[in-house]
Amino acid sequence: MAPIALLGRSVIAMQASIGRVAIFTANAVSQLFRPPFYPRELLQALLQIGWLSLPVVGLTALFTGGALALQIYAGGSRFQAESVVPSIVAIGMVRELGPVLGGLMVAARVASSIAAEIGTMKVTEQIDALTTLSTNPMKYLALPRLLAATLSVPILVAVGDSIGVFGGYLVGVTRLGFNPATYLENTVSYLETWDVISGLVKGAAFGFIVALMGCYHGMNSDRGAQGVGRATKAAVVSASVLILAANFILTEAFFSS
Amino acid sequence: MISLKNVHKSFGSKKVLQGINLEVPKGQSLVVIGGSGTGKSVLLKCVLGLVTQDQGTITVGGDVLGPKTREAFLEKFGMLFQGGALFDSLPVWQNVAFRLLRGSLKRPRDEAKEIAIEKLRRVGLTAETADLLPAELSGGMQKRVSLARAICADPDVIFFDEPTTGLDPIMSGVINELIREIVTEMGATAITITHDMTSVRAIADQVAMLHDGKIRWVGPVSDIDTSGDAYLDQFIHGRAEGPIEAVR
Repeated sequence: MAPIALLGRSVIAMQASIGRVAIFTANAVSQLFRPPFYPRELLQALLQIGWLSLPVVGLTALFTGGALALQIYAGGSRFQAESVVPSIVAIGMVRELGPVLGGLMVAARVASSIAAEIGTMKVTEQIDALTTLSTNPMKYLALPRLLAATLSVPILVAVGDSIGVFGGYLVGVTRLGFNPATYLENTVSYLETWDVISGLVKGAAFGFIVALMGCYHGMNSDRGAQGVGRATKAAVVSASVLILAANFILTEAFFSS
Repeated sequence: MISLKNVHKSFGSKKVLQGINLEVPKGQSLVVIGGSGTGKSVLLKCVLGLVTQDQGTITVGGDVLGPKTREAFLEKFGMLFQGGALFDSLPVWQNVAFRLLRGSLKRPRDEAKEIAIEKLRRVGLTAETADLLPAELSGGMQKRVSLARAICADPDVIFFDEPTTGLDPIMSGVINELIREIVTEMGATAITITHDMTSVRAIADQVAMLHDGKIRWVGPVSDIDTSGDAYLDQFIHGRAEGPIEAVR
């Protein structure tokens, strides 16, 4: 009986967690339409989440684009299909690698910092202080971060896509001997609008997931430094896993014929 | 007047508050004392609406405190937290004027800053402190800033959670004196929880002793030395021997 009981407890605990996250999400989103609004906090969150993530997302995309060009060239040469490098780099970056790697890098950087910041605020009673100062912590802390991440990650993804394609171009032209004009022409001609839009939609979903996990685990942090550490770890792990799961679901929804 | 009638609160199977009855007349200062884990903080959180009691009623000025009325009550409340609970990312003046920069009490930024500086002066800090971050202040200064924040919107009721914890005896004396002066000057009702008997004697009109989730003794501060209650006697004299079992 013990293994079955253990399994049952795990399933119930998982369902309870899903329920808590769902209630937290509904509570946060419902704040979107009720005043007061905090534009200053939103701008600050946009700066923290969007602008300051640009270097890490840009560098990741640059190296990924370059490595992708090398891999596709090596693989394509087995079938005398080296010419597909520009188009596959572009499609691969825009549809998959740009949003997923961008999302994961933002998860590492932002989910951890949100969870640590809000978790520390919780254990030092700053969240209680907000409530006593007639300020809803959900509206003041969670909503600006959720909005900022949902708005800024697609932009980060767009910039990351461009940098990734440029990384592929650099490697293609300087290492693999592609003609610059032909490389650009092949990049543009095989790329469709929906490839780009689907990547941006994924970016918005991943941004929301990152901020949601950061806020949820921060707000539910246990006491003490260990509690905040656990919340931070849980935020990064859950955001990363959910990004990969959401990527599969969205890819299935967008591209399964 | 603040009134608590038959207030109960449990966390799981742990009964923290078991039928609390208390009355704090307007303009009076009540200090709740008791050992660690006796439910003092939970009691304060119930009155503040941060925790909802399982049973019983809390009224402020005759109006019942509940989830729907909490917002309106909070505008009349000020709170000094044990650790200060200052917002690290905001400069001191924005911490003090937090309430005046947003929500229903919102004022123009310049006016809010002026009020914050005036409150900082009231608690003995200079205008130069206003632009510093909380991390740049000593523990005593942080407590003063927290006190300035608590009184910034001229509340009717002020709560103090262990106001002298972590401070040296001289700074504790300064904070106690400030609390006494400010509460008297504003005519506010004050509820304080503390272990510090020096604080109790300095700021209380009434004292209530909480033990095992129940009010063990309540009366004027002048009577605490002659109460005849063995629990209160042991607590105020800090004796290890007595009816209160010290956890070793």
